[in-house]
Amino acid sequence: MAYSDKVVDHYNNPRNVGSFGKDTPGVGTGLVGAPECGDVMKLQIKVNLETGVIEDAKFKTFGCGSAIASSSLATEWLKGKSVDEAAKIKNTDIVNELKLPPVKIHCSVLAEDAIKAALADYKTKQAPVGAGATTK
Amino acid sequence: MALKFPIFMDAQSTTPVDPRAVEAMLPYFTEKFGHPASRNHPFGWEAEGAVDAARGQIAKLIGARDPKEIVFTSGGTEAINLALKGVAEMYREKGNHIVTTIIEQRATLDVCKRLERQGVEVTYVPVQPDGLVDLETLRGAITDKTILISVMFANNEVGTIQDIAAIGKLAKAKGILFHTDATQAAGKVPVDVEAMGIDLLSCTAHLLYGPKGVGALYVRRKGPRVRIAPMIDGGGHERGMRSGTLPVPLIVGFGTAAELCGQAMPEESARLRALRDRLQDLILSNVDEAYLNGHPERRLPHNLNISFAYVEGESVLMGLNKESALSSGSACTSATLEPSYVIGALGASAELAHSSIRFSLHRFSTEEEVDHVGRRTIEVVKRLRDMSPLYELAKEGVDLKSIHWKAE
Repeated sequence: MAYSDKVVDHYNNPRNVGSFGKDTPGVGTGLVGAPECGDVMKLQIKVNLETGVIEDAKFKTFGCGSAIASSSLATEWLKGKSVDEAAKIKNTDIVNELKLPPVKIHCSVLAEDAIKAALADYKTKQAPVGAGATTK
Repeated sequence: MALKFPIFMDAQSTTPVDPRAVEAMLPYFTEKFGHPASRNHPFGWEAEGAVDAARGQIAKLIGARDPKEIVFTSGGTEAINLALKGVAEMYREKGNHIVTTIIEQRATLDVCKRLERQGVEVTYVPVQPDGLVDLETLRGAITDKTILISVMFANNEVGTIQDIAAIGKLAKAKGILFHTDATQAAGKVPVDVEAMGIDLLSCTAHLLYGPKGVGALYVRRKGPRVRIAPMIDGGGHERGMRSGTLPVPLIVGFGTAAELCGQAMPEESARLRALRDRLQDLILSNVDEAYLNGHPERRLPHNLNISFAYVEGESVLMGLNKESALSSGSACTSATLEPSYVIGALGASAELAHSSIRFSLHRFSTEEEVDHVGRRTIEVVKRLRDMSPLYELAKEGVDLKSIHWKAE
């Protein structure tokens, strides 16, 4: 299978590999996939608590070159976006950007799942303690 | 000697044709172009002589008593098809049960699946973690309807060599025919159809430094006389078992390659085993949690299969494939998204099946190539582990099995 130049570039020079402390304020962590399926992505965002903008993002991925490229690209796109904007990133955007063949579309789906999981984790952590008891 | 890129280390997928085999083939494309079945003129006699000489060379390589026991096919896949379907049809009155293993190559498994749809019963026996078939399990699978046992000589992924002589003995004692898929073994390790009690044997030229497009099925003529129904009807060539004009140049190349393998085997297998062991030691002594797949000793000398925990096989190949050609049991290298069923059958976790890399050496492999590929593999695996969330979790002491993975 031939890879697109962009997949090769992300594989050779992955952007934003690394980890934040899970309990650092403003950090949201998504861990998706499963080892037995051959793909696991950990994607983290670090949100500026005053502006609500994603200031930094990091990933670690176990998976094929396309999975690595999808998560690397996702971290690039996340930086500078607000939490609401980030939620609009779609797997099809990743497919188009990386020119993923049909057999690799699941890699982009996993990256979208990872973004959603990281955002959900961030939101859960921002909810004030005892939020459920407030009246709305 | 300077390294030449890309380095080919995928010799269980195919091998280059030995230049001496090419040399032998060339006249049969041009001045010696006769049809071996033309019985009435010198062109035919010349072609027939060349085909018979090749038959003799191949018979000698596998210890066959009579060159007539060699039936030429288009390759290993066709030989396996002919053996299994041919026996199933010919011996239908006697029984309708075949015993094989779960680690056979796709040709065998797919033929068995088709036969099952046609009413044949097939038992797929499991293998032990080292890839060996347990003889008692095999014996237990036999019924009074069993007409054929088909077990591969050596596995294409992990290289485990079965105790073929013991299986042959078992088959003989039970009066059952025994077929072995020797596509990976012939020309590489000693094969002897007489001493090992083999009734049918499939092999192919392109895995023993011969050309692609030709293979052979050994069909025993004596003790017992094996009969098979043909799949291709026509002029009744190959004693009626496989009609079609013989590809004389390919057959000449096959015969020459087989003879060269027979002559070189003692020296060549020792050399490749030493190179393979060197590669294995280099990798295993530099990478933690790298696991050898297959049997530690009963293994093809040119095969090495390793699973690297926490990294996915295709991503390892991607880091190497500009300069070296290897193969992986990773799902991502196949169209099915399923990881290697062979590694899985050895009892490895699915994760390790996704992480397997096969290195296979050949006649022209050098020590420099082995050292280079070994060093680069180590680098790539380390780089990928630095970006693997599984490696990070494992290093933090988290048991990966304790995590509730949300699989898609």
